Amino acid sequence: MMEFINFYLIPGLALGSIYALGAIGISMIFGILRFAHFAHGDVMTLGAYGTLTAVWTLGLHPLLALPVGIVFAVLSVLAVDKVFYKPLRELPTIYTVIASFGVALIFRSLIQLVWGSQNEVFIRGVQKPVVLFDLLRVSLLHLEAIAIIVGVAIALHYFLSRTQTGRSMRAVSDNAELARVAGLDTEKVVRATWIIGGSLAAIAGVLAGLDTNIQPNLGWNLILPMFAAAILGGIGKPMGALLGGMVIGLVEELSSYPWLTDEPLINPSYKTATAFLMMVILLIFRPQGLLKGRLF
Amino acid sequence: MDPVGLLFFLVGFLIMAGIYAILCLALNVQWGYGGLFNAGIAGFFAVGAYTSALLTAAPAPTHLGGFELPVLVGIIAAAVTAGLTGWAVAKICIRLKSDYLAMASIGIAEILRMVIVNEDWLTNGSLGITNIPRPFDGLLQGREADILFLAFVWVIVAIVYLVCNRLYDSPWGRTLRAVRDNEDAARAVGKDVDSFRLQTFVIGAALMGVAGALSAHYFRFLSPEATEPLLITFLVWVMLMAGGSGNNKGAIIGALSVWAIWSLTEIVTNRLPAEFATRSSYIRMLLIGLLLQFVLQKYRSGLLPERSPGIAFDKDKDKTHG
Repeated sequence: MMEFINFYLIPGLALGSIYALGAIGISMIFGILRFAHFAHGDVMTLGAYGTLTAVWTLGLHPLLALPVGIVFAVLSVLAVDKVFYKPLRELPTIYTVIASFGVALIFRSLIQLVWGSQNEVFIRGVQKPVVLFDLLRVSLLHLEAIAIIVGVAIALHYFLSRTQTGRSMRAVSDNAELARVAGLDTEKVVRATWIIGGSLAAIAGVLAGLDTNIQPNLGWNLILPMFAAAILGGIGKPMGALLGGMVIGLVEELSSYPWLTDEPLINPSYKTATAFLMMVILLIFRPQGLLKGRLF
Repeated sequence: MDPVGLLFFLVGFLIMAGIYAILCLALNVQWGYGGLFNAGIAGFFAVGAYTSALLTAAPAPTHLGGFELPVLVGIIAAAVTAGLTGWAVAKICIRLKSDYLAMASIGIAEILRMVIVNEDWLTNGSLGITNIPRPFDGLLQGREADILFLAFVWVIVAIVYLVCNRLYDSPWGRTLRAVRDNEDAARAVGKDVDSFRLQTFVIGAALMGVAGALSAHYFRFLSPEATEPLLITFLVWVMLMAGGSGNNKGAIIGALSVWAIWSLTEIVTNRLPAEFATRSSYIRMLLIGLLLQFVLQKYRSGLLPERSPGIAFDKDKDKTHG
């Protein structure tokens, strides 16, 4: 039982938190700008490398250097939106999807040019696990990830239900035409979307980098589970994406638990495939997701 | 560079450009004719490449088979298995709208990649398959054999081009464009939209399998690295967008010109000092990414835009029917 919690449940929740942080942005962008942002994973990578540079120059702990990564990622997405996405906004959204593939490539090649393609780590050496009551042995990082996602969930709920910008975002996501007619400043909403999506992606990137190591494909490798999470939660429903991320993370980790026999249920090298498979099945049978998201 | 070296550089360039031209024509059937966003080209390419490699290679204990069948059989089998994979994928997700189809097709391509890397008994994992023959092996030796293979590739390009053109002009192609441009109207006049989309997807996937098979025979070696999505899926999309989606000549021109940019930048970056040369491939990726953005904003219809054939009226018939 303790083995299940220590090696499957807690890592699953931590992985889920990383997915959730990315999926919230994907879901918001899909809801408000109406396109699947395939460069979102690479925004995560940018956040991780921005933070890494701050760790190198300032010598801070990665989580304290995080604001630098966030600012870096947010400025990058705002610039990309202005230069590459905005000129295509009046066209069918599929052009923006293709553009986002290109942006993913541009981000990744710039990262490789500036930082190189070798693996980097935030903190050298083996991290000691935290031992609680002699039974729970969990990594500090996983506890931090779970704490961050709880904080983000509370802040996000407050933002979406109590603030003017949050409510405008929900309005545009539910019905863009009506929101425009009612006099909402759509460009301001779009900007807020990128700022929130970019910030959360940067946090996710740093957590993912802490969990393994930092390399240029860090975020791209996570893009599909994050799409799965956004669809599972319902497109345009940030809280749904958060929930979806947790579910996908848990399913991925728990799928290799020896449920039936002594062998893992699914070979761990196919762990990620379970998330893709869930996404494909969802797309076919319940594309509106758990929380009745939009369908485009 | 000496003239002979230049000649063989050109031969190698044209072989790869031909393989990319087939991929571009295949994507043109799916996206240009049918409006289907396939972001998993590398998956179908890989299925075709592995099918043909396993059927034609010499027997080896490290992977399945090695049946030493003729290359042509391998290529036809590649089209069949890739087409069947396409059929299975289309059967599941053809109803999905553009963005969702992109996600589903990438997801399936990634699962295929995982299978290829992990199932050692079938594919020899990341070590790959060696001793894959070429057609007409033994007729010519050494580098001259490349010229023969070049001719073989471009004969196939020509066949694929003629078939695709015929498809475009046929009533089938016309219906497909109707489905692409106005799905509801096509449905209203009684066209089975899903069935047309399924057929398009399968034809495209089969052609992608042929391209995969050709690349396996060209390199005589196949490992998962050859099916890198960046070099297959992404580059082919840029080629088709630049060449002109909906236009078969455009697809071939796009393949040639983008592959020329890719190859020429390699020559330039290889002459840079050593510390830059290691990073040269990133500069090329960056250039291709920027090229795509430029095409999307300024030349959306590509170098050779789509030109639908005019509608021919039978005037006499019109008179008799008053």
